[in-house]
Amino acid sequence: MAATTEIQAPRSGRIAPEYNRHGSSRGNFEMFAWLFMRVSGLVLVVLVFGHLFVNLMVGEGVHAIDFGFVAGKWADPFWQVWDLAMLWLAMLHGTNGVRTIINDYAEKDGTRFWLKAVLYAATAVIIVLGTLVIFTFDPCPPNAAADLLPSFCPAP
Amino acid sequence: MSKTPAGTLYRGREGMWSWVGHRVTGVAIFFFLLVHVLDTALVRVSPEAYNVVINTYKNPIMALLEAGLVAAIVFHAFNGLRVILVDFWKKGPKYQAKLLWGVIGLWVVVMVPFLIRHLTLAFTGGH
Repeated sequence: MAATTEIQAPRSGRIAPEYNRHGSSRGNFEMFAWLFMRVSGLVLVVLVFGHLFVNLMVGEGVHAIDFGFVAGKWADPFWQVWDLAMLWLAMLHGTNGVRTIINDYAEKDGTRFWLKAVLYAATAVIIVLGTLVIFTFDPCPPNAAADLLPSFCPAP
Repeated sequence: MSKTPAGTLYRGREGMWSWVGHRVTGVAIFFFLLVHVLDTALVRVSPEAYNVVINTYKNPIMALLEAGLVAAIVFHAFNGLRVILVDFWKKGPKYQAKLLWGVIGLWVVVMVPFLIRHLTLAFTGGH
């Protein structure tokens, strides 16, 4: 088999109706999903590497992580915005990745539907919970033991 | 009858294995992320609740799992950049296999200092 495989260029951008599985109603959703994976991936490289470096490599590293450490970070709007962006982008990026995998391997319509229903429900819960935690968080909760709180909390 | 199509352009070698690695690491990171948001949400319950759970992570077994997680994240990140180059750089498809070796090289360059620092901290330093 010495012949080299030659791949023909698509003859036109139009997809014949019998090969278009979703009709025309889905518009460009899959193209936007594809683009979102690349754009969010690029941003997440910066956000996640920064997150890992600050939490695991600086100072005492993983030993320093406790309530006071998290409270100290989220007292600063910079880290609130950083973590909020990371939460949303990582969850949507991961959900779209798992959606792709479900579409690839779950062959029955019902299986695919229910797996994706569970996936989207989990994603909604995690994004809403995480967002609420970042914005309603009190670094100095009343009635908490003072030695567990960050140093900037007023003495009880 | 096997459902696997035989002799496609994409079977075997760098192109397929990087795709497999990207899927496996992606799914692993996603499930970690679900748990990570839930445990961090404990800061909203009480300082004690958060510290109790985080302290159960501070042992050698979890330190090794963390190292595996970071290894997966670093591979997924660099291979993701490779995918972007394959899609958007004119010469990306031509060099896709060489780019995977670049990904592996960069992964080693990042992982060696990370492992030295993280495992030193986890196994010797601190409380």
